[in-house]
Amino acid sequence: MVISRDFFFPSWTRGSLFDELGRMQQQMMRLSEALQPRLFGHPTAGVFPAVNLTEDKEGYYLRAELPGVKPDALDIQVSGRNLSVSGERVIETEGDGVRYHRREREGGKFSRIIGLPTDIDAEKVTAKMKNGILTIHVPKAETAKPKQISVA
Amino acid sequence: MTESKELQVKDKQAVSTPAEQTRPGPVFTPVVDIFENDNEIRLLADMPGVKAEDLNIDLRDNILTIVGDVQPWEKGTETDLLIEFEIGRFYRQFTLAETIDQERIEAKLADGVLSLTLPKHAKATPRKITVATA
Repeated sequence: MVISRDFFFPSWTRGSLFDELGRMQQQMMRLSEALQPRLFGHPTAGVFPAVNLTEDKEGYYLRAELPGVKPDALDIQVSGRNLSVSGERVIETEGDGVRYHRREREGGKFSRIIGLPTDIDAEKVTAKMKNGILTIHVPKAETAKPKQISVA
Repeated sequence: MTESKELQVKDKQAVSTPAEQTRPGPVFTPVVDIFENDNEIRLLADMPGVKAEDLNIDLRDNILTIVGDVQPWEKGTETDLLIEFEIGRFYRQFTLAETIDQERIEAKLADGVLSLTLPKHAKATPRKITVATA
């Protein structure tokens, strides 16, 4: 490795050349970050569906936008601290003699696993689908709930 | 028949300025399918979280406007752990080339998908005209 580098780059330019390349690389990275602005500045896992996870003292709320997904096309499972949501979104195809002007809605399979920060009560997980929003309520295990300590 | 590819996450498309906004909060463009046959134009729009009473459909001067508001669903006691999507108003406008029979427009909202049927006027439906040869 060292030999080949010495072969391609004479030793007198090595330090300054790699410094310069490093600077260029950093500038390129900054530039590409600037060119792809995140819409909200929220990091996403890049896995469908996008979810919002919130918590209160009693449990977690996981919400996802799944318009047009029927409840029976969803598979929700809990194992350990992990919550897995998978399913399929089916876009019905129209009959013959139909001309499309826009076709932006997409169908397909999806599967996502969300790890929760604390132990959960797997028996009491509930899920509901309303207006295309999936809401999963995951109660925390008794050991994970905050305890109020009163000062005597 | 249906392709079973993996679904990819797409950022909700924020509208920069749909009009003079007088309400705070983001505005998104719903994704739509629009197709027509000889009798009607059908429009399907993904509007998750919109209730029927918060949906507004307006057609005037051949411009179809769809506005849907999403009510925040979080309780005040909840704290955010991971936020990957935001909610806000859905807004989109279309110009319709065909004359639409306004009386017979049908709108249906199911599972967060708006389904709109816009029947064409009788005079706009194509008719086969046979030319009699003398």
